[in-house]
Amino acid sequence: MKAGWLLFGALVAVAVLSFVTPWRPIAALLAEDRGLALAVMVELRLPRVLLAIAYGAMLGAAGAAVQALFANPLASPDLTGTTSGAALGAVVTAYLFGFSAPLALSIGSVAGALGALGLLIALAGPRAETATLLLSGLAISALAGALTTLALALAPSPFAFYDAYDWLMGSLIDRSLEQAAFAALPAIVAIALLWRLRFALDSLTLGEEVAQSLGHDIAQIRIRIVVVTALGVGACVAIAGAIGFLGLVAPIFARRLTSGHPGQAILPAALIGALLLLGADLAVRLAPLGRTLPIGVVTALLGAPFFLWLVAHMRWRLSA
Amino acid sequence: MSLLAAIGLRIPGRLEATSLTIEAGTLTCLIGPNGSGKTSLLHAIAGVGSPEGEVQIDGIDSRRVGPRKRQRLLTFSPASRDIKWPLVARDLIRLGGEDDLAIVVDDLELEQLADRRVDRLSTGERARVLLARALAPQPRLLLLDEPVANLDPLWQLKLMQLLREVAREAGRAVLMASHDLTLAGRFADRLIVMQTGCVVADGGPELLDGKLIGAVFGVERRDGAWWPVPRSPEDPRSSP
Repeated sequence: MKAGWLLFGALVAVAVLSFVTPWRPIAALLAEDRGLALAVMVELRLPRVLLAIAYGAMLGAAGAAVQALFANPLASPDLTGTTSGAALGAVVTAYLFGFSAPLALSIGSVAGALGALGLLIALAGPRAETATLLLSGLAISALAGALTTLALALAPSPFAFYDAYDWLMGSLIDRSLEQAAFAALPAIVAIALLWRLRFALDSLTLGEEVAQSLGHDIAQIRIRIVVVTALGVGACVAIAGAIGFLGLVAPIFARRLTSGHPGQAILPAALIGALLLLGADLAVRLAPLGRTLPIGVVTALLGAPFFLWLVAHMRWRLSA
Repeated sequence: MSLLAAIGLRIPGRLEATSLTIEAGTLTCLIGPNGSGKTSLLHAIAGVGSPEGEVQIDGIDSRRVGPRKRQRLLTFSPASRDIKWPLVARDLIRLGGEDDLAIVVDDLELEQLADRRVDRLSTGERARVLLARALAPQPRLLLLDEPVANLDPLWQLKLMQLLREVAREAGRAVLMASHDLTLAGRFADRLIVMQTGCVVADGGPELLDGKLIGAVFGVERRDGAWWPVPRSPEDPRSSP
Protein backbone atom coordinates (compact mmCIF):
# COMPACT_ATOMS: atom_id res chain seq x y z
CA MET A 1 0.00 0.00 0.00
CA LYS A 2 2.74 2.39 1.07
CA ALA A 3 4.83 1.35 -1.91
CA GLY A 4 1.80 2.02 -4.09
CA TRP A 5 1.53 5.64 -2.90
CA LEU A 6 5.27 6.03 -3.30
CA LEU A 7 4.99 4.82 -6.89
CA PHE A 8 2.08 7.14 -7.50
CA GLY A 9 4.06 10.06 -6.08
CA ALA A 10 7.04 9.21 -8.26
CA LEU A 11 4.77 9.03 -11.29
CA VAL A 12 3.30 12.47 -10.60
CA ALA A 13 6.79 13.89 -10.06
CA VAL A 14 8.17 12.45 -13.31
CA ALA A 15 5.04 13.58 -15.17
CA VAL A 16 5.51 17.16 -13.95
CA LEU A 17 9.21 16.95 -14.74
CA SER A 18 8.61 15.76 -18.28
CA PHE A 19 5.91 18.42 -18.64
CA VAL A 20 8.39 21.23 -18.00
CA THR A 21 11.48 19.63 -19.64
CA PRO A 22 13.24 21.21 -21.42
CA TRP A 23 12.50 24.29 -19.36
CA ARG A 24 14.54 26.88 -21.25
CA PRO A 25 12.33 27.34 -24.34
CA ILE A 26 9.23 27.44 -22.17
CA ALA A 27 10.78 30.06 -19.91
CA ALA A 28 11.78 32.12 -22.92
CA LEU A 29 8.29 31.85 -24.38
CA LEU A 30 6.66 32.71 -21.06
CA ALA A 31 8.62 35.95 -20.98
CA GLU A 32 7.52 36.88 -24.49
CA ASP A 33 4.07 35.44 -25.02
CA ARG A 34 2.14 33.74 -22.23
CA GLY A 35 -0.56 32.46 -24.57
CA LEU A 36 1.90 30.78 -26.89
CA ALA A 37 3.75 29.21 -23.96
CA LEU A 38 0.48 27.81 -22.68
CA ALA A 39 -0.39 26.52 -26.15
CA VAL A 40 2.95 24.69 -26.40
CA MET A 41 2.37 23.12 -23.00
CA VAL A 42 -1.20 22.04 -23.67
CA GLU A 43 -1.05 21.18 -27.38
CA LEU A 44 2.39 19.61 -27.58
CA ARG A 45 3.58 18.47 -24.19
CA LEU A 46 0.38 17.45 -22.43
CA PRO A 47 -0.63 14.85 -25.07
CA ARG A 48 2.86 13.40 -25.00
CA VAL A 49 2.82 13.01 -21.20
CA LEU A 50 -0.73 11.64 -21.18
CA LEU A 51 0.07 9.20 -23.95
CA ALA A 52 3.20 7.97 -22.17
CA ILE A 53 1.27 7.42 -18.94
CA ALA A 54 -1.68 5.69 -20.63
CA TYR A 55 0.39 3.47 -22.90
CA GLY A 56 2.93 2.55 -20.22
CA ALA A 57 0.17 1.78 -17.70
CA MET A 58 -1.74 -0.28 -20.26
CA LEU A 59 1.33 -2.35 -21.15
CA GLY A 60 2.14 -2.92 -17.48
CA ALA A 61 -1.39 -3.97 -16.55
CA ALA A 62 -1.82 -6.15 -19.65
CA GLY A 63 1.53 -7.80 -19.00
CA ALA A 64 0.61 -8.55 -15.40
CA ALA A 65 -2.79 -9.97 -16.39
CA VAL A 66 -1.40 -12.14 -19.19
CA GLN A 67 1.44 -13.40 -16.99
CA ALA A 68 -1.04 -14.27 -14.24
CA LEU A 69 -3.35 -16.00 -16.71
CA PHE A 70 -0.62 -18.14 -18.25
CA ALA A 71 1.12 -18.50 -14.86
CA ASN A 72 4.28 -17.54 -16.69
CA PRO A 73 6.57 -14.54 -16.12
CA LEU A 74 7.70 -14.58 -19.76
CA ALA A 75 4.25 -13.79 -21.17
CA SER A 76 3.67 -10.20 -22.27
CA PRO A 77 1.75 -8.37 -24.98
CA ASP A 78 4.81 -7.90 -27.21
CA LEU A 79 6.41 -11.33 -26.79
CA THR A 80 3.10 -13.02 -27.48
CA GLY A 81 2.56 -11.04 -30.69
CA THR A 82 -0.33 -8.84 -29.49
CA THR A 83 1.40 -5.55 -30.28
CA SER A 84 2.61 -6.81 -33.67
CA GLY A 85 -0.93 -7.95 -34.46
CA ALA A 86 -2.25 -4.52 -33.48
CA ALA A 87 0.39 -2.79 -35.64
CA LEU A 88 -0.56 -4.97 -38.59
CA GLY A 89 -4.24 -4.09 -38.10
CA ALA A 90 -3.46 -0.37 -38.02
CA VAL A 91 -1.15 -0.52 -41.07
CA VAL A 92 -3.70 -2.43 -43.14
CA THR A 93 -6.43 0.04 -42.12
CA ALA A 94 -4.32 3.10 -42.90
CA TYR A 95 -2.37 2.11 -45.99
CA LEU A 96 -4.45 -0.53 -47.75
CA PHE A 97 -7.95 0.66 -46.88
CA GLY A 98 -6.97 4.31 -46.66
CA PHE A 99 -8.76 5.17 -43.39
CA SER A 100 -6.58 7.32 -41.19
CA ALA A 101 -9.08 8.74 -38.68
CA PRO A 102 -8.12 7.81 -35.10
CA LEU A 103 -11.28 5.76 -34.61
CA ALA A 104 -10.71 3.70 -37.78
CA LEU A 105 -7.09 3.09 -36.81
CA SER A 106 -8.15 2.03 -33.34
CA ILE A 107 -10.72 -0.41 -34.68
CA GLY A 108 -8.21 -1.91 -37.12
CA SER A 109 -5.60 -2.14 -34.41
CA VAL A 110 -7.91 -3.76 -31.83
CA ALA A 111 -9.03 -6.27 -34.47
CA GLY A 112 -5.39 -7.10 -35.22
CA ALA A 113 -4.60 -7.54 -31.51
CA LEU A 114 -7.66 -9.75 -31.03
CA GLY A 115 -6.63 -11.90 -33.98
CA ALA A 116 -3.09 -12.30 -32.63
CA LEU A 117 -4.25 -13.20 -29.10
CA GLY A 118 -6.89 -15.59 -30.42
CA LEU A 119 -4.28 -17.28 -32.59
CA LEU A 120 -1.94 -17.51 -29.60
CA ILE A 121 -4.51 -19.32 -27.46
CA ALA A 122 -5.39 -21.60 -30.36
CA LEU A 123 -1.71 -22.42 -30.96
CA ALA A 124 -0.34 -22.57 -27.45
CA GLY A 125 -3.43 -23.84 -25.68
CA PRO A 126 -4.98 -22.42 -22.53
CA ARG A 127 -2.30 -23.78 -20.18
CA ALA A 128 0.68 -22.83 -22.25
CA GLU A 129 4.08 -24.05 -21.23
CA THR A 130 6.90 -21.55 -21.56
CA ALA A 131 8.34 -23.12 -24.69
CA THR A 132 5.05 -23.34 -26.60
CA LEU A 133 4.03 -19.88 -25.44
CA LEU A 134 7.25 -18.25 -26.62
CA LEU A 135 7.43 -20.20 -29.85
CA SER A 136 3.82 -19.39 -30.71
CA GLY A 137 4.42 -15.75 -29.81
CA LEU A 138 7.53 -15.70 -31.99
CA ALA A 139 5.68 -17.24 -34.91
CA ILE A 140 2.80 -14.78 -34.57
CA SER A 141 5.15 -11.78 -34.27
CA ALA A 142 7.12 -12.93 -37.32
CA LEU A 143 3.96 -13.47 -39.33
CA ALA A 144 2.46 -10.13 -38.31
CA GLY A 145 5.77 -8.37 -39.03
CA ALA A 146 6.03 -9.92 -42.49
CA LEU A 147 2.41 -9.08 -43.27
CA THR A 148 2.97 -5.49 -42.07
CA THR A 149 5.93 -5.14 -44.47
CA LEU A 150 3.86 -6.70 -47.25
CA ALA A 151 0.98 -4.31 -46.60
CA LEU A 152 3.38 -1.34 -46.73
CA ALA A 153 4.95 -2.66 -49.95
CA LEU A 154 1.56 -3.02 -51.57
CA ALA A 155 0.34 0.36 -50.32
CA PRO A 156 -0.61 2.84 -53.06
CA SER A 157 1.47 5.59 -51.42
CA PRO A 158 5.16 5.40 -52.43
CA PHE A 159 6.14 6.99 -49.10
CA ALA A 160 4.36 4.35 -47.00
CA PHE A 161 7.57 2.82 -45.61
CA TYR A 162 9.17 6.13 -44.73
CA ASP A 163 5.90 7.41 -43.38
CA ALA A 164 5.19 4.42 -41.18
CA TYR A 165 8.72 3.87 -39.92
CA ASP A 166 8.68 6.22 -36.94
CA TRP A 167 5.23 5.12 -35.93
CA LEU A 168 6.08 1.42 -36.21
CA MET A 169 9.06 1.87 -33.91
CA GLY A 170 6.79 3.52 -31.38
CA SER A 171 6.55 7.26 -31.00
CA LEU A 172 4.78 9.65 -28.66
CA ILE A 173 5.67 12.81 -30.55
CA ASP A 174 3.32 15.18 -32.38
CA ARG A 175 0.09 13.63 -31.19
CA SER A 176 -2.94 15.81 -30.53
CA LEU A 177 -4.94 15.83 -27.31
CA GLU A 178 -7.74 14.11 -29.19
CA GLN A 179 -5.40 11.32 -30.30
CA ALA A 180 -4.07 10.94 -26.76
CA ALA A 181 -7.64 10.58 -25.55
CA PHE A 182 -8.26 7.84 -28.12
CA ALA A 183 -5.50 5.84 -26.46
CA ALA A 184 -6.04 6.89 -22.84
CA LEU A 185 -9.78 6.30 -22.49
CA PRO A 186 -9.75 2.66 -23.67
CA ALA A 187 -6.60 2.11 -21.60
CA ILE A 188 -8.28 3.38 -18.41
CA VAL A 189 -11.36 1.23 -19.02
CA ALA A 190 -9.20 -1.81 -19.82
CA ILE A 191 -7.02 -1.42 -16.72
CA ALA A 192 -10.11 -1.05 -14.53
CA LEU A 193 -11.65 -4.20 -16.05
CA LEU A 194 -8.42 -6.18 -15.58
CA TRP A 195 -8.13 -4.95 -11.97
CA ARG A 196 -11.55 -6.43 -11.24
CA LEU A 197 -10.17 -9.87 -12.09
CA ARG A 198 -7.33 -9.66 -9.56
CA PHE A 199 -8.67 -12.12 -6.99
CA ALA A 200 -9.55 -14.71 -9.61
CA LEU A 201 -6.07 -14.33 -11.09
CA ASP A 202 -4.51 -14.64 -7.62
CA SER A 203 -6.41 -17.86 -7.04
CA LEU A 204 -4.86 -19.28 -10.22
CA THR A 205 -1.63 -19.49 -8.21
CA LEU A 206 -3.08 -22.72 -6.84
CA GLY A 207 -4.01 -23.98 -10.30
CA GLU A 208 -7.18 -23.98 -12.32
CA GLU A 209 -8.86 -26.69 -10.24
CA VAL A 210 -8.74 -24.62 -7.05
CA ALA A 211 -9.74 -21.42 -8.86
CA GLN A 212 -12.79 -23.20 -10.27
CA SER A 213 -13.65 -24.75 -6.92
CA LEU A 214 -13.77 -21.19 -5.53
CA GLY A 215 -16.36 -20.38 -8.19
CA HIS A 216 -14.16 -18.54 -10.70
CA ASP A 217 -15.14 -19.27 -14.27
CA ILE A 218 -11.69 -19.61 -15.80
CA ALA A 219 -12.83 -20.01 -19.41
CA GLN A 220 -14.77 -16.76 -19.12
CA ILE A 221 -11.88 -14.97 -17.42
CA ARG A 222 -9.56 -16.05 -20.22
CA ILE A 223 -11.89 -14.59 -22.86
CA ARG A 224 -12.30 -11.36 -20.87
CA ILE A 225 -8.55 -10.88 -20.53
CA VAL A 226 -8.01 -11.52 -24.24
CA VAL A 227 -10.72 -9.06 -25.29
CA VAL A 228 -9.85 -6.36 -22.75
CA THR A 229 -6.10 -6.59 -23.41
CA ALA A 230 -6.67 -6.43 -27.16
CA LEU A 231 -8.90 -3.38 -26.68
CA GLY A 232 -6.50 -1.44 -24.48
CA VAL A 233 -3.23 -2.38 -26.17
CA GLY A 234 -4.78 -2.09 -29.65
CA ALA A 235 -6.03 1.44 -28.96
CA CYS A 236 -2.58 2.52 -27.71
CA VAL A 237 -0.73 0.91 -30.64
CA ALA A 238 -3.05 2.69 -33.08
CA ILE A 239 -1.94 6.05 -31.72
CA ALA A 240 1.67 5.50 -30.68
CA GLY A 241 2.91 2.42 -32.52
CA ALA A 242 4.47 -0.73 -31.11
CA ILE A 243 6.45 -0.28 -27.90
CA GLY A 244 8.15 -3.39 -26.60
CA PHE A 245 9.31 -4.99 -23.36
CA LEU A 246 7.44 -2.78 -20.88
CA GLY A 247 4.71 -5.38 -20.55
CA LEU A 248 7.36 -7.93 -19.69
CA VAL A 249 9.39 -5.85 -17.25
CA ALA A 250 6.79 -3.89 -15.27
CA PRO A 251 4.89 -6.90 -13.81
CA ILE A 252 8.12 -8.52 -12.65
CA PHE A 253 8.90 -5.49 -10.49
CA ALA A 254 5.26 -5.12 -9.49
CA ARG A 255 5.06 -8.63 -8.06
CA ARG A 256 7.89 -7.75 -5.69
CA LEU A 257 5.54 -5.15 -4.19
CA THR A 258 2.61 -7.57 -3.83
CA SER A 259 4.73 -10.36 -2.30
CA GLY A 260 4.29 -12.41 -5.44
CA HIS A 261 0.49 -12.13 -5.83
CA PRO A 262 0.06 -12.08 -9.62
CA GLY A 263 -3.43 -10.56 -9.77
CA GLN A 264 -2.92 -7.76 -7.26
CA ALA A 265 0.21 -6.84 -9.23
CA ILE A 266 -1.97 -5.45 -12.04
CA LEU A 267 -2.29 -1.93 -10.61
CA PRO A 268 1.33 -1.59 -9.40
CA ALA A 269 2.43 -2.92 -12.81
CA ALA A 270 0.36 -0.19 -14.45
CA LEU A 271 2.05 2.46 -12.30
CA ILE A 272 5.51 1.03 -12.97
CA GLY A 273 4.79 0.75 -16.70
CA ALA A 274 3.70 4.39 -16.82
CA LEU A 275 6.75 5.45 -14.84
CA LEU A 276 9.12 3.49 -17.11
CA LEU A 277 7.66 4.86 -20.33
CA LEU A 278 7.62 8.43 -19.01
CA GLY A 279 11.21 7.98 -17.88
CA ALA A 280 12.23 6.54 -21.26
CA ASP A 281 10.54 9.47 -23.00
CA LEU A 282 12.36 11.91 -20.76
CA ALA A 283 15.64 10.17 -21.56
CA VAL A 284 14.88 10.44 -25.29
CA ARG A 285 14.28 14.16 -24.89
CA LEU A 286 17.42 14.81 -22.89
CA ALA A 287 19.74 12.61 -24.96
CA PRO A 288 22.17 14.83 -26.87
CA LEU A 289 21.73 13.09 -30.22
CA GLY A 290 20.51 15.95 -32.36
CA ARG A 291 17.51 13.95 -33.52
CA THR A 292 14.73 12.37 -31.49
CA LEU A 293 14.99 8.61 -31.17
CA PRO A 294 11.75 6.61 -31.53
CA ILE A 295 10.81 5.68 -27.97
CA GLY A 296 10.35 2.02 -28.94
CA VAL A 297 14.08 1.86 -29.68
CA VAL A 298 14.88 3.00 -26.15
CA THR A 299 12.55 0.53 -24.44
CA ALA A 300 13.90 -2.28 -26.63
CA LEU A 301 17.52 -1.31 -25.92
CA LEU A 302 16.82 -1.43 -22.18
CA GLY A 303 14.28 -4.25 -22.23
CA ALA A 304 16.03 -6.80 -24.42
CA PRO A 305 19.05 -7.26 -22.11
CA PHE A 306 16.64 -7.59 -19.20
CA PHE A 307 14.77 -10.26 -21.13
CA LEU A 308 18.04 -12.10 -21.80
CA TRP A 309 18.88 -11.96 -18.10
CA LEU A 310 15.40 -13.30 -17.30
CA VAL A 311 15.79 -16.21 -19.71
CA ALA A 312 19.18 -17.09 -18.22
CA HIS A 313 17.67 -16.80 -14.73
CA MET A 314 14.79 -19.07 -15.65
CA ARG A 315 16.80 -21.68 -17.51
CA TRP A 316 16.36 -24.18 -14.70
CA ARG A 317 12.62 -23.83 -15.08
CA LEU A 318 12.72 -24.11 -18.86
CA SER A 319 14.84 -27.23 -18.76
CA ALA A 320 12.84 -28.82 -15.93
CA MET B 1 -30.79 -32.64 6.97
CA SER B 2 -27.53 -33.93 5.53
CA LEU B 3 -24.56 -31.57 5.37
CA LEU B 4 -24.02 -32.39 1.70
CA ALA B 5 -26.74 -33.38 -0.73
CA ALA B 6 -25.45 -33.91 -4.26
CA ILE B 7 -27.91 -34.93 -6.94
CA GLY B 8 -27.22 -36.21 -10.44
CA LEU B 9 -23.51 -35.35 -10.52
CA ARG B 10 -22.05 -36.30 -13.86
CA ILE B 11 -18.93 -35.56 -15.92
CA PRO B 12 -19.29 -37.12 -19.38
CA GLY B 13 -16.69 -39.82 -19.94
CA ARG B 14 -15.35 -39.67 -16.38
CA LEU B 15 -18.19 -39.90 -13.89
CA GLU B 16 -21.55 -41.66 -14.34
CA ALA B 17 -24.59 -39.97 -12.80
CA THR B 18 -24.04 -40.10 -9.04
CA SER B 19 -26.09 -38.90 -6.12
CA LEU B 20 -24.63 -38.72 -2.67
CA THR B 21 -25.30 -37.40 0.82
CA ILE B 22 -22.77 -36.81 3.56
CA GLU B 23 -23.68 -36.33 7.21
CA ALA B 24 -22.03 -33.76 9.44
CA GLY B 25 -19.45 -35.15 11.83
CA THR B 26 -18.05 -37.78 9.48
CA LEU B 27 -14.76 -38.49 7.77
CA THR B 28 -15.45 -40.27 4.48
CA CYS B 29 -12.79 -41.87 2.30
CA LEU B 30 -13.20 -42.36 -1.43
CA ILE B 31 -11.27 -45.43 -2.47
CA GLY B 32 -10.84 -47.12 -5.82
CA PRO B 33 -8.10 -48.02 -8.31
CA ASN B 34 -6.46 -45.43 -10.58
CA GLY B 35 -8.97 -44.00 -13.01
CA SER B 36 -11.99 -45.14 -11.02
CA GLY B 37 -13.44 -41.63 -10.74
CA LYS B 38 -12.43 -40.52 -7.23
CA THR B 39 -10.96 -37.23 -8.41
CA SER B 40 -13.88 -36.75 -10.82
CA LEU B 41 -16.38 -37.10 -7.99
CA LEU B 42 -14.46 -34.55 -5.91
CA HIS B 43 -14.33 -32.25 -8.95
CA ALA B 44 -18.06 -32.62 -9.51
CA ILE B 45 -18.83 -31.66 -5.90
CA ALA B 46 -16.33 -28.78 -5.93
CA GLY B 47 -17.63 -27.48 -9.28
CA VAL B 48 -14.42 -28.02 -11.25
CA GLY B 49 -14.77 -28.39 -15.02
CA SER B 50 -18.48 -27.47 -15.27
CA PRO B 51 -20.00 -30.76 -14.07
CA GLU B 52 -23.70 -31.56 -14.39
CA GLY B 53 -25.88 -31.86 -11.30
CA GLU B 54 -26.71 -29.95 -8.17
CA VAL B 55 -24.75 -29.56 -4.94
CA GLN B 56 -26.35 -28.33 -1.73
CA ILE B 57 -24.46 -27.74 1.48
CA ASP B 58 -26.72 -27.12 4.44
CA GLY B 59 -29.49 -26.44 1.94
CA ILE B 60 -27.46 -23.75 0.11
CA ASP B 61 -26.71 -24.24 -3.57
CA SER B 62 -22.92 -23.92 -3.54
CA ARG B 63 -22.78 -23.06 -7.24
CA ARG B 64 -24.78 -19.88 -6.73
CA VAL B 65 -22.67 -18.14 -4.10
CA GLY B 66 -19.57 -15.99 -4.60
CA PRO B 67 -16.00 -17.08 -3.82
CA ARG B 68 -15.91 -15.64 -0.28
CA LYS B 69 -19.09 -17.35 0.82
CA ARG B 70 -18.37 -20.47 -1.16
CA GLN B 71 -15.16 -21.22 0.67
CA ARG B 72 -17.02 -21.18 3.96
CA LEU B 73 -19.20 -23.92 2.50
CA LEU B 74 -16.51 -25.99 0.83
CA THR B 75 -12.87 -25.95 -0.14
CA PHE B 76 -11.05 -28.35 -2.41
CA SER B 77 -7.38 -29.24 -2.38
CA PRO B 78 -6.22 -31.18 -5.46
CA ALA B 79 -3.63 -33.93 -5.56
CA SER B 80 -1.21 -31.71 -7.45
CA ARG B 81 1.33 -29.92 -5.24
CA ASP B 82 2.17 -27.51 -8.02
CA ILE B 83 2.16 -23.83 -7.00
CA LYS B 84 2.52 -21.44 -9.90
CA TRP B 85 4.07 -18.39 -8.22
CA PRO B 86 6.72 -18.31 -5.48
CA LEU B 87 4.57 -16.80 -2.74
CA VAL B 88 5.49 -16.85 0.93
CA ALA B 89 3.64 -19.74 2.60
CA ARG B 90 1.64 -17.43 4.89
CA ASP B 91 0.39 -15.39 1.91
CA LEU B 92 -0.58 -18.55 0.07
CA ILE B 93 -2.58 -19.81 3.06
CA ARG B 94 -4.26 -16.41 3.27
CA LEU B 95 -5.14 -16.37 -0.43
CA GLY B 96 -8.84 -16.78 0.34
CA GLY B 97 -8.77 -13.59 2.42
CA GLU B 98 -8.48 -15.17 5.87
CA ASP B 99 -6.60 -13.09 8.41
CA ASP B 100 -6.58 -15.37 11.42
CA LEU B 101 -4.22 -18.21 10.61
CA ALA B 102 -3.27 -19.05 14.21
CA ILE B 103 -5.33 -22.25 14.36
CA VAL B 104 -4.15 -23.82 11.11
CA VAL B 105 -0.55 -22.75 11.63
CA ASP B 106 -0.69 -24.34 15.05
CA ASP B 107 -2.49 -27.52 13.98
CA LEU B 108 -0.16 -28.18 11.08
CA GLU B 109 2.99 -27.04 12.92
CA LEU B 110 3.76 -24.45 10.29
CA GLU B 111 5.49 -21.89 12.55
CA GLN B 112 8.84 -22.64 10.96
CA LEU B 113 7.47 -22.73 7.41
CA ALA B 114 5.02 -19.85 7.37
CA ASP B 115 7.54 -17.19 6.38
CA ARG B 116 9.39 -19.23 3.77
CA ARG B 117 8.76 -19.15 0.05
CA VAL B 118 6.76 -22.13 -1.16
CA ASP B 119 9.15 -22.93 -4.00
CA ARG B 120 11.82 -23.62 -1.38
CA LEU B 121 9.75 -26.11 0.60
CA SER B 122 9.90 -29.88 0.22
CA THR B 123 6.96 -31.69 -1.37
CA GLY B 124 5.74 -32.85 2.03
CA GLU B 125 6.01 -29.38 3.53
CA ARG B 126 4.15 -27.95 0.57
CA ALA B 127 1.42 -30.55 1.10
CA ARG B 128 0.91 -29.23 4.63
CA VAL B 129 0.84 -25.61 3.44
CA LEU B 130 -1.73 -26.48 0.77
CA LEU B 131 -3.86 -28.29 3.33
CA ALA B 132 -3.63 -25.23 5.59
CA ARG B 133 -4.93 -23.12 2.69
CA ALA B 134 -7.97 -25.38 2.38
CA LEU B 135 -8.55 -25.42 6.15
CA ALA B 136 -8.09 -21.68 6.77
CA PRO B 137 -11.60 -20.53 5.75
CA GLN B 138 -13.07 -23.15 8.16
CA PRO B 139 -15.26 -24.71 5.44
CA ARG B 140 -18.24 -26.88 6.32
CA LEU B 141 -17.11 -29.54 3.86
CA LEU B 142 -13.45 -30.20 3.16
CA LEU B 143 -12.72 -31.99 -0.12
CA LEU B 144 -9.21 -33.43 -0.37
CA ASP B 145 -7.56 -35.41 -3.13
CA GLU B 146 -4.76 -37.62 -1.79
CA PRO B 147 -3.90 -35.39 1.18
CA VAL B 148 -1.39 -37.82 2.70
CA ALA B 149 0.53 -38.71 -0.48
CA ASN B 150 4.24 -37.79 -0.21
CA LEU B 151 4.10 -37.43 3.57
CA ASP B 152 6.30 -39.33 6.00
CA PRO B 153 4.59 -41.96 8.19
CA LEU B 154 4.39 -39.73 11.26
CA TRP B 155 2.79 -36.89 9.32
CA GLN B 156 0.39 -39.29 7.60
CA LEU B 157 -0.90 -40.27 11.04
CA LYS B 158 -0.90 -36.71 12.42
CA LEU B 159 -2.78 -35.46 9.38
CA MET B 160 -5.41 -38.20 9.49
CA GLN B 161 -5.93 -37.50 13.20
CA LEU B 162 -6.30 -33.81 12.49
CA LEU B 163 -8.77 -34.47 9.68
CA ARG B 164 -10.82 -36.70 11.97
CA GLU B 165 -10.90 -33.95 14.60
CA VAL B 166 -11.99 -31.42 11.96
CA ALA B 167 -14.69 -33.80 10.79
CA ARG B 168 -15.96 -34.18 14.37
CA GLU B 169 -16.43 -30.43 14.82
CA ALA B 170 -20.04 -29.30 14.82
CA GLY B 171 -21.58 -29.08 11.38
CA ARG B 172 -18.45 -30.09 9.48
CA ALA B 173 -17.33 -33.09 7.44
CA VAL B 174 -14.34 -34.28 5.42
CA LEU B 175 -14.45 -36.16 2.12
CA MET B 176 -11.08 -37.37 0.89
CA ALA B 177 -9.73 -39.64 -1.81
CA SER B 178 -6.95 -41.99 -0.81
CA HIS B 179 -5.02 -44.97 -2.07
CA ASP B 180 -3.94 -45.95 1.43
CA LEU B 181 -6.48 -48.61 2.39
CA THR B 182 -4.90 -49.16 5.79
CA LEU B 183 -5.18 -45.50 6.82
CA ALA B 184 -8.66 -45.33 5.31
CA GLY B 185 -9.79 -48.36 7.28
CA ARG B 186 -8.34 -47.00 10.47
CA PHE B 187 -9.55 -43.39 10.39
CA ALA B 188 -12.61 -43.21 8.12
CA ASP B 189 -16.17 -43.48 9.43
CA ARG B 190 -17.39 -44.35 5.98
CA LEU B 191 -15.88 -45.74 2.80
CA ILE B 192 -17.16 -45.09 -0.71
CA VAL B 193 -15.73 -47.55 -3.22
CA MET B 194 -15.52 -46.46 -6.84
CA GLN B 195 -14.85 -48.32 -10.06
CA THR B 196 -14.98 -47.10 -13.69
CA GLY B 197 -16.77 -43.86 -12.83
CA CYS B 198 -19.43 -45.40 -10.56
CA VAL B 199 -19.92 -45.84 -6.84
CA VAL B 200 -19.93 -49.64 -6.34
CA ALA B 201 -20.09 -49.83 -2.57
CA ASP B 202 -20.75 -47.55 0.37
CA GLY B 203 -20.38 -48.51 4.02
CA GLY B 204 -18.24 -48.66 7.13
CA PRO B 205 -14.58 -49.71 7.44
CA GLU B 206 -15.69 -53.37 7.56
CA LEU B 207 -16.04 -53.14 3.77
CA LEU B 208 -12.29 -53.67 3.59
CA ASP B 209 -12.67 -57.23 4.82
CA GLY B 210 -15.36 -58.20 2.32
CA LYS B 211 -15.01 -59.87 -1.07
CA LEU B 212 -15.69 -56.61 -2.85
CA ILE B 213 -12.24 -55.12 -2.26
CA GLY B 214 -10.67 -58.16 -3.91
CA ALA B 215 -12.93 -57.76 -6.93
CA VAL B 216 -12.32 -54.00 -7.25
CA PHE B 217 -8.63 -53.69 -6.37
CA GLY B 218 -7.32 -57.24 -6.91
CA VAL B 219 -5.93 -57.21 -3.34
CA GLU B 220 -7.05 -58.75 -0.05
CA ARG B 221 -6.08 -58.41 3.61
CA ARG B 222 -4.27 -61.37 5.16
CA ASP B 223 -2.42 -61.29 8.50
CA GLY B 224 -2.87 -57.51 8.71
CA ALA B 225 -1.19 -56.79 5.35
CA TRP B 226 -2.43 -56.38 1.79
CA TRP B 227 -1.69 -59.11 -0.77
CA PRO B 228 -2.62 -59.60 -4.42
CA VAL B 229 -5.63 -61.89 -4.77
CA PRO B 230 -4.25 -65.26 -5.99
CA ARG B 231 -5.52 -66.14 -9.43
CA SER B 232 -7.83 -69.15 -9.47
CA PRO B 233 -6.86 -72.14 -11.65
CA GLU B 234 -9.97 -71.50 -13.81
CA ASP B 235 -8.83 -67.95 -14.50
CA PRO B 236 -7.72 -67.96 -18.12
CA ARG B 237 -5.09 -65.32 -17.34
CA SER B 238 -3.25 -67.64 -14.93
CA SER B 239 -2.47 -70.31 -17.52
CA PRO B 240 0.86 -69.74 -19.25
